[in-house]
Amino acid sequence: MLAVSLLFGMIHLIPGDPASVMLGPRATPELRAELTERMGLDRPFIVQLGSFLGRIARGDLGEDPFSNRPVAAIVFEQLPFTLVLVLAAITAASLLGVPLGCWSAIRRDSWLDRLIALLAVAFIAIPSFVIALYAVMLLAVRLRWFPAIGAGEAGNLADQIYHLVLPALALGLGWVGYIARLVRASMLEVLEENHVRTARAFGLPERVVIGSYALRIAILPTITILGIGIGTMLSGALFAEIVFSRPGIGKLLHEAVMTRNYPVVMGTVLVTTGFFVLCTLVSDIVNALLDPRLRNSEEAR
Amino acid sequence: MIALLRPHGLLRESLRKLRGNPLGFGGLVIVIVIGVLTVFAPLFATHAPNEVDVYARLQPPSGEHWLGTDQLGRDLYSRVLHGGRIAMTVSLVAISLSMALGVALGMLAGFGPRWLDRLLVIGFDTVRSFPTVMFALAVVALIGPSLNTVIGIVIITSVPAYARVVRTQTLALRERDFILAERAMGASTWRILRHHVMPNIAAPLFILASMDIPAVVGLEAGLSFLGLGVRPPTASWGSILSDGYAYIRNSPWPLIAGGIPLVLVTLGFTFFGEALRDIFDPRLRRKT
Repeated sequence: MLAVSLLFGMIHLIPGDPASVMLGPRATPELRAELTERMGLDRPFIVQLGSFLGRIARGDLGEDPFSNRPVAAIVFEQLPFTLVLVLAAITAASLLGVPLGCWSAIRRDSWLDRLIALLAVAFIAIPSFVIALYAVMLLAVRLRWFPAIGAGEAGNLADQIYHLVLPALALGLGWVGYIARLVRASMLEVLEENHVRTARAFGLPERVVIGSYALRIAILPTITILGIGIGTMLSGALFAEIVFSRPGIGKLLHEAVMTRNYPVVMGTVLVTTGFFVLCTLVSDIVNALLDPRLRNSEEAR
Repeated sequence: MIALLRPHGLLRESLRKLRGNPLGFGGLVIVIVIGVLTVFAPLFATHAPNEVDVYARLQPPSGEHWLGTDQLGRDLYSRVLHGGRIAMTVSLVAISLSMALGVALGMLAGFGPRWLDRLLVIGFDTVRSFPTVMFALAVVALIGPSLNTVIGIVIITSVPAYARVVRTQTLALRERDFILAERAMGASTWRILRHHVMPNIAAPLFILASMDIPAVVGLEAGLSFLGLGVRPPTASWGSILSDGYAYIRNSPWPLIAGGIPLVLVTLGFTFFGEALRDIFDPRLRRKT
């Protein structure tokens, strides 16, 4: 709510009114006046802010002045593409990151552990769009293993998945490192605990001890991080969508920024920010549900 | 920070420890080499960064053009060096300003009245509730792309991180005995902040800054890649990548030239930052 008002206020503090910027230098004064009135720009700031917040509460994000379609429809049309990409990336990252983290925790301080740690830091540090660009260059353009652009034929699931591989990998690679590090750290802690020692003392095979006794607890911090991860990945998804020319929220926002289409910029940023806040909230709640220490401290109060 | 370290010979001690950490030392070497190359870019460059040579378009590396040429025949090696200046300027200016602002706001929140603290924390949380790149794009859409816009965006988005660290440390220090004693002896708030709080928050701040540099360099390159950072023909690692991406089917060299320094700088600063953290904060080392 606060963020929304801030965003709206920001647009108003900027010199030059949106109407003349949008119509370009060759617009006639009558045209400008008409658009100004249609967008309600002639009313006082507080009235505008009030009606703006009211409209958002009703789920109305205004109208795209170029195509005259409601912004909400445009944004929610593109959102599924981005969500699929982000979910695919986070799934891929977990499937790779969790085993790597376990592995390096079990073989602590071996050369393998060090190599994984090194790669993890490297993947976290390198900007994801550079990884995406190099993936396109090497795997799509040079080797032609994967398609370089597009989201695949509509209705053809196999083709869509085929188009999803590279962007999801490029987006998720940093998170592989992050998850591996987290799992390793919490796994090392859990392995010291009593119930793991008891399980070992009962002679359970190491695979069972790690897989079902230790991992079940060691994975908790990772799950809560994933919620925030999905939110932060929205930023990375923007680059992935542009590099791979995929439809999605990021591409929509980029095009809107390039054409100075303020209502669409606003709507996109609003929806993604809302989504980001929602993810953080959900991960906080999940964290509280999963972590008995937090739960107990709540009850103690 | 130097003044803080000298009396204990801590600087020498840290350098010695850093040498025992090959990755951190390697990171420092990368940072120094790239720093020198970019600061003295005109000396090391073989061509002017914007010198167009249409007969030598999209060439692979050669004795004449060490990293090849781009779609206008501009020398990529020289452009990369000059692009490094942009990256370094943005990160140094933006990070030092956000650090200064973060220290001021964080201390204000930590040492000031309760209502001000609440207000500031709400402010920090508001800024943090935007996904960074989305926020950056919205700002660029409003005030137009330029280097100053990029710096401004970095400052707005990173001040909360610094301020939070400072606030937490200040709050923790505030009730400690030595501060209370100082206060009982009649020291002013300013004196306490300057002589007692500052030295205690310097180390975590510098660690945070060195870990922040890769993110800032990445953001600048990302925005320039999107055409929302520096204006053409100025060379930036992001704009080199963007040009290279447009000609990806003709030549891989612009992409390689633009990406390698980005990878090196982010890795260098990250490894160096991690080493710094290990040296100054042994508690964290045991955890991760």
